[in-house]
Order: sequence, then C-alpha cells, then structure tokens
Amino acid sequence: MPNMSPKKNEMPSQNPEIRRNNYEEVALGYTEEIAVAEAERCLGCKHMPCVTGCPVGIKIPHFIKKIADRDFEGAYRIIAESSSLPAVCGRVCPQESQCEAKCVRGLKGEPVGIGRLERFAADRHNDTVTELPEKPEPNGHRVAVVGSGPSGLACAGDLARKGYAVTVFEALHTAGGVLVYGIPEFRLPKAIVKKEIDTLCALGVTIETNMVIGKVLSVDELLGDGFEAVFIGTGAGLPRFMGIPGENLCGVYSANEFLTRINLMKAYRDGSATPLMNAKNVAVVGGGNVAMDAARCAKRLGAENVYIVYRRGEAELPARAEEVEHAKEEGIIFRLLTNPTEILPDENGSVGGIRCVEMGLGEPDESGRRRPVEIEGSDFTIDVDCVVMSIGTSPNPLIKSTTDGLECTKWGGIVTDENGLTSRSAVYAGGDAVTGAATVILAMGAGKTAAKAIDEYIQSK
Amino acid sequence: MYPILHKEYLNPTVVRMDILAPLVAKKAQAGQFIILRTDEDGERIPLTIADYDREAGTVRIIFQKVGATTEKLAAMNAGDCLSDFAGPLGRATETEGLRKVAVVGGGVGCAIAYPVAKKLHESGCEVHAVVGFRTCDLVILEDDFRAVSDKFILMSDDGTAGEKGLVTDALRTLIESGEQYDEVIAIGPLVMMKFVAALTKEFGIKTIVSMNPIMIDGTGMCGGCRLTVGGKTKFACVDGPEFDGHEVDFDEAMKRGAMYREFERHAREAACNLLNRKKEGE
Repeated sequence: MPNMSPKKNEMPSQNPEIRRNNYEEVALGYTEEIAVAEAERCLGCKHMPCVTGCPVGIKIPHFIKKIADRDFEGAYRIIAESSSLPAVCGRVCPQESQCEAKCVRGLKGEPVGIGRLERFAADRHNDTVTELPEKPEPNGHRVAVVGSGPSGLACAGDLARKGYAVTVFEALHTAGGVLVYGIPEFRLPKAIVKKEIDTLCALGVTIETNMVIGKVLSVDELLGDGFEAVFIGTGAGLPRFMGIPGENLCGVYSANEFLTRINLMKAYRDGSATPLMNAKNVAVVGGGNVAMDAARCAKRLGAENVYIVYRRGEAELPARAEEVEHAKEEGIIFRLLTNPTEILPDENGSVGGIRCVEMGLGEPDESGRRRPVEIEGSDFTIDVDCVVMSIGTSPNPLIKSTTDGLECTKWGGIVTDENGLTSRSAVYAGGDAVTGAATVILAMGAGKTAAKAIDEYIQSK
Repeated sequence: MYPILHKEYLNPTVVRMDILAPLVAKKAQAGQFIILRTDEDGERIPLTIADYDREAGTVRIIFQKVGATTEKLAAMNAGDCLSDFAGPLGRATETEGLRKVAVVGGGVGCAIAYPVAKKLHESGCEVHAVVGFRTCDLVILEDDFRAVSDKFILMSDDGTAGEKGLVTDALRTLIESGEQYDEVIAIGPLVMMKFVAALTKEFGIKTIVSMNPIMIDGTGMCGGCRLTVGGKTKFACVDGPEFDGHEVDFDEAMKRGAMYREFERHAREAACNLLNRKKEGE
C-alpha cells in the first residue's frame, strides 16, 4: 500500500540564519528512513509519465522501487544506466518543470520528490562504495573532448566505458566547467564534482588543463594528431551585459566573474589571493539560477541588503523553485517587475546606485511569457555599491572563429543534427555551445547522445 | 607543471624568466599573452609574451614586482615549476603592410614593446624605438632594442639615462622633424599610452596600444577585462589586447585598474612578510 501523504517529505536543511554565513551545503539530504517513506509515495505507474519529463530518460519508478525495497545500490545502478552525474543532477536539475511536473501524485497534492530520491541514491553510493571502477579493455581508438563541463564529462564517460582513449581538454586550471566555476559550494559541493571526475580518470580518461583549444591547438590539429573524432562542449561562456550607462563602473560584475572569483578562485575563504569588493548593498540583475547563486553568495560575503532585480513577475522567474525559496529564506530582497535603466556612479567613480523603472505585464511574447512593459514615470533608485549582471550568456566564439567550415547560427551556437554531428565530419558538439545557456541535465544528455553517435561513426569506418 | 628554465633580474624590480611550455611556444606570437598561476592556491595573472623559442619550447616572460603574485613569482628560481601556464591568448600584433613604425615603450612595458619591434624589424619594416624609464637603474633591454631599431631614443625622467624628458617629448620631436609613420605602437603605463595617443591624434597618425587590465580566465568568460573602445564595450582578452589608441577610454581603464589597489597592497605586504620569514628560516 503506497504512502498516501499528499505532501513531499521535507528536505532537511541548514537553518537559514546560520547558513547565510557559511558555504556548507544548504540541503542536507534525506536520511534512509525519510527516503524510504518518500519512495513509498510513488504509485509505480505502468505508463511512467515522469520518465517522459526526464531529458535523459532515467527509469524513475524502477529506481524508486529499489529505494522502497531498501536496495539503495540497486537504485543507484538504475540511475547510472542513464545519467553520468547522478549526485550532480539530483541537486541542480529543475525537477519541478521536468520529471516531477509529470508525476501523477502532483495532481492532488505534491509530486514524489524524485530529485531528492535521486540525490539520496547517488550520495548513498558515494558514501558506501569507495572503490573506483576498473578501466575497460582499450579498443584502440582515440577521441578528443573539448571542455570539461557536464556535456564533455558525460560524453567522455560514455566513450571511456566502451574502451575509447579519451582526452578532455579544459581551458581553466581545474576540470568541471560550470560545475566548479559557476555553481557555488553551498549548492553543489566541489568534492562531489571531484568524485565524478576521479571516476572518469579511473575509466582511463585523460584530462589536460590549461588547454585553450582554438588557441594552443585547433580542432583540425586534434584531428590531424590521431584523434578520430572531436566533441565540442565549450559551453556558453560569454557574459551578456544590458548595454545601459554605467556598466563599466568599478563594482559592476558579470555573474560569471563574480561567481568565478568566489567559487573557482576561492574568494569565499579567508586569506584567499583573489580580491572581491566588500559590498554592503548588492543588486543582482536577472531571475535565473545563476542570479540566485550570485545573490546568495553576496549575502554570505557579508552584504547587508541583496536585491534580485528582475523585469518580469514571480511566476516568470526562471530559477528552480527551491533556489527562489532558499534565497527568500536567507533574506534576499526580490524587486520584481523592475528593470534597470542606468548604473549611477558615486563620487569616486564606483557604483553608487542603480536606476530602475517599474514594469507591468502585457501580452504574451514568443516565449509564451507575458511581455514586461515599462510604466512611464515610475523611475526610482536603489542605493547599492555593487551590481552583478546575470542576464545570460552566449556561446564562446573561440572554436567557431578558429575552425573552418563549422556552421554556426547568427547568435553563435554551433549547428548540429539530432545526434550532435556538426557541419564538419568527425566533429560533434553539444550542451550550451549548441543550445545557448540551458541546464546541466540537457548538456549531459547531449554529451551522451553524441558519445553514441561518435561510437557508431568510428565503428562503421 | 611548467618548469622555469632560466631566471634573471633585469633591474631591481623587473625579472625575466624562460618557461618550458612547448605547445604555447609553438603558437606564440608577438602581442599575445599567457595566464599563469604560481601554485595551487594562486591568483591567475595575465602576462604578455616577451619572446619565445619554438625549438627549445620556451616562452619568455618579463614582469615587474608589483603585487603579491609577482612577488611570489620573483622568489621562484630556475628548476621550480609553475602550476599553470595557459596560452597563447588574445590576438597577435598586426604588422602586415607596415613600412615605417614608431614603437614607444615605457618602463616594464618595454618588455612587451620589444617583441613587437623585433617582429616589425624582421618583416623589413623601418623601426624607430622610443623608450622611457624613470631613472638609469630601471633601464631594461637597451641592447635588444638597439639591435632591431633603425633609430633608438632612450629617455629618462631625471636625465640619468639618455635624454631627459618623456617619451612623448621625443616622439613629438621626431614627428615635427618630418618623420612619417604608418603607425605608432605604444606600450607602457596607461597614462603614457593616453598621452601618446593624444599626441598622435593631433597629427592624425594611427596608434595601437596594448591594454593589460584585470583578468581572470583570459578566454572571454568573465568580462572582468572589459574596456570602452569607440563607445563600445570590448573584452581585452579576446578582442585585444591591442586596440586603437584614439578610441580607448583610458580614464575608465585607469579607474578599473585601481579597483583592488587596497586589497593588493595588503596582499603584497603579506606575501613579502612570508617570503622574508622563509629567507630568515633558511
């Protein structure tokens, strides 16, 4: 008999008053007892609607059944068949708009906490299974992967399991891409990312850091150097700015810079070599997960007032519901239906304030969301000494500009077919470099799809 | 890891190092830069490539001790290894079609101006080098410049080396004496580049400057290195580091460059104290 409680089991979390002063993980994860109770809420629907909501098609009711039966490692193995990064996706996937949105239990009450159960199974595996996988028999073929973010890691992992000698080239000094430079420690502990990467290395994947492909080596040189195929997973790294006056004042950061300083360069630690402005009042412009991350980091760095400035309404916030909720609990102030028009200087030429207008919601636009419209004469100023622009990123142009014959869209995304094949033979791409800024799970799915296509291509040669 | 093969002081605060990084050396060109970290917890700092030897696989860097990281770097020796060394980044200096160029270098900026002068010289261009330093003890690369210049003018603020005065004084004299340059390339402190650009604008001579703003990744990801050029925002790491000097907003660049000055001063003091304690312990 399933557990018919209409509510999800709550996620044990650090107290907001305490956590907003530390970088330890906010959500603490289910205990065995809570996980089993939550798993028992699953009706085990035969038609598995939840699976249709999962970009990589994890057999969700099957793994949940294993948890209900207390076969936790069995649950992990089912997830790992479809996902390369279970502990990561359990934490950062927008479940409420994917698998959980399709859950039958959600019709009357709350859906099953699929993400929380995924995380439980993955953490449980990581805590209890310490031996690394064995290296498969080499198949004698070499593949290069450019970028070590979610798509690159997923592609490398799947190919390595088939015996390919995979080399991953990373531009920065640490592998992980957005998982290490972007998502903060309190949401995704870096030890988890490292464990995933150690697993890949045990499978025989070689990671070469400090390799800016397009500069130090071109894609064509990789192909000429014995790599039979190249996967491009270079992400959407180029930050966008609004183009309003004052954006180059001292104290204005892109979210990428702000988060990179804090996460990758460890500015959150005392005595770090990385400087960051000591801001008292911070405005973060944007409403996505990255904006929430930046706002919550600013709070942890000691800012008194941190504002999310977003031009649409609460219902349109693109961030995961849990991140918005966490941000509110930590005291982030939401200035919704508000759009910046100018960043004002103080007497020293640093940020002194942000000029905004109020917005109303008009007719739905092409994205289906109601278009924000400026309310005339509603100008006002928020006093801030730091502004973080978190309004999206574009694909990095380094590969495009150095690879002949690589077809790209007007906005810089690499054009591929449904298997990730680009306009160049033997060159595949996936993740944000193709789609523009999206999610970890979509990038991971694209990496897996391309790995399958690369395997078929090389085996059929 | 990237071994330091050679280290030498060019003046009391400027150090030259050759780093073994064969892949970077293979692609390096004048005008480009690298990003390095001395150790696992270090900052990423950009340094322009001063020279390279493709055969030996080495890249030469020249830097002044100005902050915590450059102090730490200067305390390293041949045989030590840098934990990270990525490049070559940015766009190379464009020298094609240039027949006569004035290369203006100021202070440690001469380390970057030299490979540009050398590249121009090797492509058959007539090079007039104007280099300036505060005082005679700080002069670097004099012989190197002489070897690649058709005309070489050394200036110092106090007159202890070459002529007394600023590089802009010498450049004005050259231009007013009738020298016709296809281009002026100025590399040095922001304030020097600002005044060189102001001078050449008077005469309508195209001027290229090399910008070295605060940077993290060097691949276009963070946008920390942004500048206003011709009213548009540019990223020095991917759009530069060289820009049209008549279009650059130098005042903004100076403000942005000073953003962390207080933090850097403290960090440098801390680094010096640590290095001194290590020395005493030896």
